Amino acid sequence: MDTKTKRSGRAVYVPGNDIDTDRIIPARFLKCVTFDELGPSLFYDERFDAKGVSKGHPLDQAIHAGASILISDANFGCGSSREHAPQAIQKFGIDVVIAESFAEIFHGNCTTLGIPCLQMAKAPRAELAALVQKAPEEPLLIDLESMQIMFLNQSFAFSMKPSTREAFLAGTFDPLDELLAQRDAVAAVDARLSA
Amino acid sequence: MVGQLENGQYQVFMALHLIHEVTSPQAFGMLKDKGLNVAYPARTFATVDHIIPTDSQARPLADDMAERMLQVLEQSTAEHGIEFFAPETGSQGIVHVVGPELGLTQPGMTICCGDSHTATHGAFGCIALGIGTSQVRDVLASQTLAMDPLKVRKINIHGALKKGVTAKDVILHVIRVLGVNGGVGFAYEYSGDTISRMTMEERMTVCNMSIEGGARCGYINPDETTYDYLKGRERVPSGEAFEMARARWASFASDDDATYDDVVDFDASQIEPTVTWGVTPAQAIGVGERIPTAETHTDEELLASALNYMKLEANAPIKGTAIQVAFIGSCTNGRLSDFEAVAEVLRGHHVAQGVRAIAVPGSEKVDAAARAKGLHEIFESAGFEWRKPGCSMCLAMNPDKLVGDEVCASSSNRNFMGRQGSSTGRTILMSPIMVAAAAVEGAVADAREVFGLEG
Repeated sequence: MDTKTKRSGRAVYVPGNDIDTDRIIPARFLKCVTFDELGPSLFYDERFDAKGVSKGHPLDQAIHAGASILISDANFGCGSSREHAPQAIQKFGIDVVIAESFAEIFHGNCTTLGIPCLQMAKAPRAELAALVQKAPEEPLLIDLESMQIMFLNQSFAFSMKPSTREAFLAGTFDPLDELLAQRDAVAAVDARLSA
Repeated sequence: MVGQLENGQYQVFMALHLIHEVTSPQAFGMLKDKGLNVAYPARTFATVDHIIPTDSQARPLADDMAERMLQVLEQSTAEHGIEFFAPETGSQGIVHVVGPELGLTQPGMTICCGDSHTATHGAFGCIALGIGTSQVRDVLASQTLAMDPLKVRKINIHGALKKGVTAKDVILHVIRVLGVNGGVGFAYEYSGDTISRMTMEERMTVCNMSIEGGARCGYINPDETTYDYLKGRERVPSGEAFEMARARWASFASDDDATYDDVVDFDASQIEPTVTWGVTPAQAIGVGERIPTAETHTDEELLASALNYMKLEANAPIKGTAIQVAFIGSCTNGRLSDFEAVAEVLRGHHVAQGVRAIAVPGSEKVDAAARAKGLHEIFESAGFEWRKPGCSMCLAMNPDKLVGDEVCASSSNRNFMGRQGSSTGRTILMSPIMVAAAAVEGAVADAREVFGLEG
């Protein structure tokens, strides 16, 4: 069962360096006033041709149905700041992303939504992805506290930005309440700058 | 700065918040769900840019969802007392063109906007951050953001640019060298005599694409060029108040003996007119160079997938690559000086047959200034369409889109797969005068040769 510090689920590997947020959610799907309907549009142009026929993308392979952990390569989520990208990922049913590295705005957006972004070095990340390809039906067990992934009795270390990890362990990944608590201090800054 | 949060992040006050119709309507919904109000509405300004058509902006907009997004923005800004630069007010435009030209963007400010190209405003000595919608919510509700400290990389650019080489070529070259993720964890501070000689509009072009290099923001120290640009702008204090503001602004500049986490030097005289050949802004070469091969490119898989998408061959010259569409505009290159530079060379030339060419001013003010100088006529008689202001073909959330696998010579900032509205459309990034040259030749060309700029 998922807790503040533990996540589990089956994984799907979507390969590629520099996967940008236009690929994660093409701009035409940004025409919306809520994020509710974005799930089916995740990676749309990578998954479907112009006629809407599946291209056999990993997300659409039967063996990966219901996967809740997305594994990718380096610089995942680069480009546009659109929160639509992590929103689509979350609405699709993914709640953890593992990559060699992340673009910063995307990483921040994921954190606020409660999606941990786990960083792994290239070699172990490739090894994990290869193992997942071999046994896609097996769940990964992720421990944010010890920063270890258990898969097929093997242990993989990952890293997290310290402030992100702290926020997940404390359950404060959405900072709004903390920000609002400082109303008086904020008012003082506003007054000083307005003077 | 307000204080430190429990997880070690800092709570940072945002002096200026800019919003638009794509990433902000949802934030107002989030506020409503939580029963929260906008804390400092006078510090937030709104415009409409991404979805606005550039042909007819008559209401209701032809696209129902675009109309709805615009309505939600109108209603939300009215309800919360936020100033909205609506179409036909004379102030509408792309958010990163509007902020500076009105003088809302001022040195030393912390600025944020739900748009990654907020980095543009760093040209004024601001810390300017692109944020997500939940953070737009945070800023509306608290006027603050939770942030980790950034490292700073100083990018020194020295020497004279060759004729026909522009600010756009400089930043494409920097990204080519440092990579699309070279800037992750960093703010980029641009300095050196090449930057000092640049106009504010050129500096904005450079800072705008910092995010394309992975940097969280771009920054240039404010100087006399900055203050001269701001003097007399609508939202800038005048008279004695301006002199006081100017003294305060000058105090924000980083010191000569400041220490940096990294320093990189570039020789401006070595930079050529630069164009992209692939699907990231770092996949760029000088216009006279050949497309990389497995021997010259570090990542074989990326090379193969980019060439496959672009339908280009390794080791082929990029010059001569046929184009079908030419786009001049965007928050990178949609300012008056961009159109002036093109108009200067375009007179007496005509867009090649079969090329669709559009020029889209970045704002109503840019449009008005260009028209006052008769620039629109030069573009139109050369075969360009002169459109109304908006983001247009930079990201194709409006009717301006590529069709099928058309190739677009574009002055915008992203050549990602599908970026310009067709899932097989192809983008080649370049400077505005290089776009004009490509439009005239019907193929990627060296503007210096097409327009006789040599020597």
